[in-house]
Amino acid sequence: MAPPSIETTDLTKTFGSFTALESLSLSISGTKCVGFLGPNGAGKTTTLKLLTDMIFPTRGGCSINGYSVQTDRKKALADAGVLIETPEIYPSLTPNEALEMVADLRGVPPAERRPRIRTVLSEVKMLDWADQKVGRMSKGMKQRINIAAALVHDPAVLLLDEPSTGLDPRGMAEVRSIVRDLKKSQRLIFMSSHILSEVTDVCDEVALVNHGKLLFYDTLENVTSRFSDGHSSVDVSLARPLDGGVVPPSIAALPGVLSVNALDTKRLRIRFSGGAAGQEKLLETLVGLKIGVIGMADSESALEEVYLSQISRGD
Amino acid sequence: MTATVLSPETPRLHVPVSSEQVLKLTRYQLREYLRSRRFVALLAIVLAVGAILTAIVAHFRGGIVTTNLAFYGSLWGGGVAIPIVLSAVFFGGDAIAGEFQNKTGYFLMGLPVRRATVYVGKFIAAYLASAAMVLLFLAILLANGAYYFGSAALPWQLALSLLLSLLYLAAVLGATFLFSSLFKTSAYGFVLTAILFLFGFSLLQDVLVDLAKVEPWMIISYASSTIGGVFGSNINWGLFGVKTVSTMMVGRISVTTVSWTAGIGEGIVIMIAYLVITALAGLVLFEREEFN
Ligand SMILES: Nc1ncnc2c1ncn2[C@@H]1O[C@H](COP(=O)(O)OP(=O)(O)O)[C@@H](O)[C@H]1O
Ligand SMILES: [Mg+2]
Repeated sequence: MAPPSIETTDLTKTFGSFTALESLSLSISGTKCVGFLGPNGAGKTTTLKLLTDMIFPTRGGCSINGYSVQTDRKKALADAGVLIETPEIYPSLTPNEALEMVADLRGVPPAERRPRIRTVLSEVKMLDWADQKVGRMSKGMKQRINIAAALVHDPAVLLLDEPSTGLDPRGMAEVRSIVRDLKKSQRLIFMSSHILSEVTDVCDEVALVNHGKLLFYDTLENVTSRFSDGHSSVDVSLARPLDGGVVPPSIAALPGVLSVNALDTKRLRIRFSGGAAGQEKLLETLVGLKIGVIGMADSESALEEVYLSQISRGD
Repeated sequence: MTATVLSPETPRLHVPVSSEQVLKLTRYQLREYLRSRRFVALLAIVLAVGAILTAIVAHFRGGIVTTNLAFYGSLWGGGVAIPIVLSAVFFGGDAIAGEFQNKTGYFLMGLPVRRATVYVGKFIAAYLASAAMVLLFLAILLANGAYYFGSAALPWQLALSLLLSLLYLAAVLGATFLFSSLFKTSAYGFVLTAILFLFGFSLLQDVLVDLAKVEPWMIISYASSTIGGVFGSNINWGLFGVKTVSTMMVGRISVTTVSWTAGIGEGIVIMIAYLVITALAGLVLFEREEFN
């Protein structure tokens, strides 16, 4: 049984003299969630549009489940669910009708359509609006219908382009939890995002792009350990601002501490070595300094620093 | 959601073949048209045109209502272009451009359908919706005809003229779809089709005949003149137009005017050529258009 797969080979797209995507070669296969991470304008949407034959490569090509998107779009997209930007649904349709159309064109057997549509509509919490016209719905509601449409045929591959954009904070959290649930079933999910926490939250692997170039593609664990060199990083919260706003030099001088940065006047980020034991010692010492320590938490992970440093490098 | 193990060797889903998808898309698109505001607007326009014609006929019974043939010749032959062009513009004008401009195409493009499938499905739907308007116009005239001529047999020319009208509709829609694929902005397609088919082509035709003195066979309005032409006294069935030269004395100056009458066969060939060339050109453009 061939696992679901997405493959791009030397995939390149230029707009005039501007290169939006440069020679992307990615080979992804198996059931997992891959985060396609990059800042705005990195080339994420361009890649996903190429993967769905909405735009055409200047050079190279791509395939889904072994079928070339460029020469066999029907087979390539047969077992894929797609959400790119925020598509508009014909305004006179209701969610039920729109999903019926999708299921019909995709070949979902008539007997399975109703229950499938109910399942996905309840999953995106739109069951109560199933018979209202889409034209009168908010952007966030439309986006939920779009997500439902990408799921209605229970696809093996999901291509999601920033699925939580346009949603309110609760909607964003809901979309993340939907994606996390989807991971439980046997699927390959390829999800773009410019939000690091979204990727670390739901994905197993991350591909980082910037300025149209792939910087790396690896598992989240590997990336984190590769870039952290076995070091850890914590954020320390203080009850009151630091004296004069300066970090006491005594902290940097503590054994095992590699660097100390003030995130703001009441928060410090400390990188240190020594694992859990090192962290215990660090906390004891900091409390002893009587600078008002009220909390210590793991910082966003090394990946955030990687993300910030990698994407600023080319600017 | 229940987890399903998917195996590419035994696909759960059989994506319908493209011809089947065309019919499905046609059905959904047609429903969309029937629900649209423009359908209601067009319905109102055709009914209004029908009402005006009915009133005119009732007022000037004399010239028009002499014979069955003359009645349909002037009202159908002269009037059917209005529902044809208006419905082609209304239903076809943004058929393709609208998918880009309104971003509804983004919804369709995620599906395993070929672009040609979308194009053909939309074409057939636009054709059926427009044909419904043409038939409504016919029904209004038939009601009038029945009032004035009772159960007298309908002239056979009406049937032929109807077929020519339906062919003309296809040709106009072909051009409409071409313009709609050419521009990503819906309004351009609307305006260009309306201008060309309401007076642009007949203006060109006049220019060719009056100034260049050549047969305007390449102009579709010339071909569509067969719709009214079949009601004439001596029908030219052929593949070539007939030239008529008439000389009139205006005072002491003789003025020679040239006119051409398209053959029925010729009209059919020209309209089919327009349909095939424009519809295919539109498809080629759509196949290459990017969803940016
Ligand atoms: N049709 C286009 N014409 C010109 N430039 C484009 C076009 N589409 C995208 N771009 C440019 O390509 C770059 C990548 O865009 P995009 O893939 O949308 O980025 P992302 O989705 O990662 O935010 C951007 O700089 C964008 O301005
Ligand atoms: Mg984007």
